[in-house]
Amino acid sequence: MKNEFKVIANLLSENTRVLDVGCGDGSLMSLLEKEKGIEVRGLEIDQTNVQKCIHKGLSVIQGNAETELHQFPDRSFDYVILSQTLQAFYDPSKVMNELLRIGKSVIVSIPNFGFWKVRLKLLLFGKMPVTKTLPNTWYNTPNLHMCTIKDLFIFCDEKSIKIKKVIGINEDKTSYIKKSNLEIKNLFSKVGIFLIG
Amino acid sequence: MPSLAGLFFWMNEKLENIKKLKVSNSLKLDCGKTIKNFPLAYETYGKLNSNKDNAILVFHALTGDQFVAGTNPITNKNGWWVTAVGPGKAIDTNKYFVICANVIGGCMGSLGPRNINPETNQPYGLDFPVITIKDMVRAQESLLEHLGIKKLLCATGGSMGGMQLLQFCSTFPDKTFSAIPIACSTSHSAQNIALNELARQSIMADPVWDNGKYFLKNVQPKNGLAVARMVGHISYLSEKGMQEKFGRKLQEKADYEFSFNADFQVESYLRHQGYAFVERFDANSILYITRAMDYFDLSKQFKGGLTEAFKGQRTKFLVISFSSDWLYTTKNNKDIVIALNAAGANVSYSEIVTDKGHDSFLLDELNFLKTLKGFIDSMYEKFKNEK
Repeated sequence: MKNEFKVIANLLSENTRVLDVGCGDGSLMSLLEKEKGIEVRGLEIDQTNVQKCIHKGLSVIQGNAETELHQFPDRSFDYVILSQTLQAFYDPSKVMNELLRIGKSVIVSIPNFGFWKVRLKLLLFGKMPVTKTLPNTWYNTPNLHMCTIKDLFIFCDEKSIKIKKVIGINEDKTSYIKKSNLEIKNLFSKVGIFLIG
Repeated sequence: MPSLAGLFFWMNEKLENIKKLKVSNSLKLDCGKTIKNFPLAYETYGKLNSNKDNAILVFHALTGDQFVAGTNPITNKNGWWVTAVGPGKAIDTNKYFVICANVIGGCMGSLGPRNINPETNQPYGLDFPVITIKDMVRAQESLLEHLGIKKLLCATGGSMGGMQLLQFCSTFPDKTFSAIPIACSTSHSAQNIALNELARQSIMADPVWDNGKYFLKNVQPKNGLAVARMVGHISYLSEKGMQEKFGRKLQEKADYEFSFNADFQVESYLRHQGYAFVERFDANSILYITRAMDYFDLSKQFKGGLTEAFKGQRTKFLVISFSSDWLYTTKNNKDIVIALNAAGANVSYSEIVTDKGHDSFLLDELNFLKTLKGFIDSMYEKFKNEK
């Protein structure tokens, strides 16, 4: 189980309604359903993944989050989760608005482009960094809008989106991120998880 | 081959030996007329378990019947959904009890225009009342009662079967634990109606049809009915699928004949499908059933709000569409998903990528069958636990 999923699961209260956008093969959904009794729905673009979710008895809708979030009514979920996909949309800002419309709260995780190894690789080698969290090269990466934890902080500030909690993950270690420790955590977190809305 | 008149006689003989429920409750139809003491022909596969929690109801499409699996005893051909239903299949009859009834208005034993009108002692013909999808569904409710099933594990159907299913879920919200509408729509588009009208007009243009009174001479307007079937067949295939299957290939000849015989394979295919169909289907039934499909408009029943139709649904839905289906498109099916979502219902949706068009649900389409099986098996586990 990805550490990220455990962190996300801990952010959620029991008996809530959750929409997992880009739910993949349903690993997080299964975890939430089994361990927290959460009523969870998924949106997933890939047919094979959709099939896997259905086999697990999970409710999943095949569709593209970029264009098909409009089908969910306003505030129809307690939480909407978007795990490491925000950077892959053509228009992340528009998707973010949709997530905030559908969910009373939104959990967004991002691969942190501000992680020290990423910065160092670009600085030392002058090439777009390829790491475990960012395994693709510049020409085949699905990540169109890479950003750092700090960038997302600024984004939320500018759009007046309320930040409730931010958690940084580096391997097994997790830590809360606040404005006071943002610079250092932005350097040492591989993944940032934002609870907003 | 027996003559057509002989064939009908022989079919009617065989129809005497199939399972039929005499529905004694009177049923007030949408058109205002009432039917009572009418036959509802059905078939079942597999065994109902002692908990009665393994029953699956299948609704058939326009030209389908109750013979879903195995061999159809009337035509001696495969049941129309053998690809999906049977021992070890996606809908496994070793595990599940599968039920299917012939729709009223049909011609496989349920009350239809070929039945005797007690008022005239002659077949109804066009005196048969115009029926709706809702009438078909309501007629089938008594079958569940008869079989002692309070709640189905699952109900499913493709095309018009899907329409019946949506109506069923809306009219009887607590009768099934899960539902799989496949390649269907909540109302016919202008194009759908136009295609059905083409089918009806080709039947009515056949002089043998004689205002629906052809049964008096014990004949069938086979030319018109065959053309009606050809129209259907074109709409069930995708352009790409048809091109790949037939292209411009010629039918067992080296060059054009410079005639109007079936030079092209696609012509030969359509003629074959058309004329094979007249042996098993009644022309008036096509008129009545296509009309029911055209009249179907679930949102109209709820004053324009499709969301209202699904309000309070506790049934777990899986909607399935096929990417190359232009008769009931992915968009049609997504609209069902959107309405279910808006109503707060539990819904899954999958679009199966295929070139095979609307017909895909009847074919050996691996991803479709896998999805179907995965959903039903997981629903069975949930249904057992819920009880």
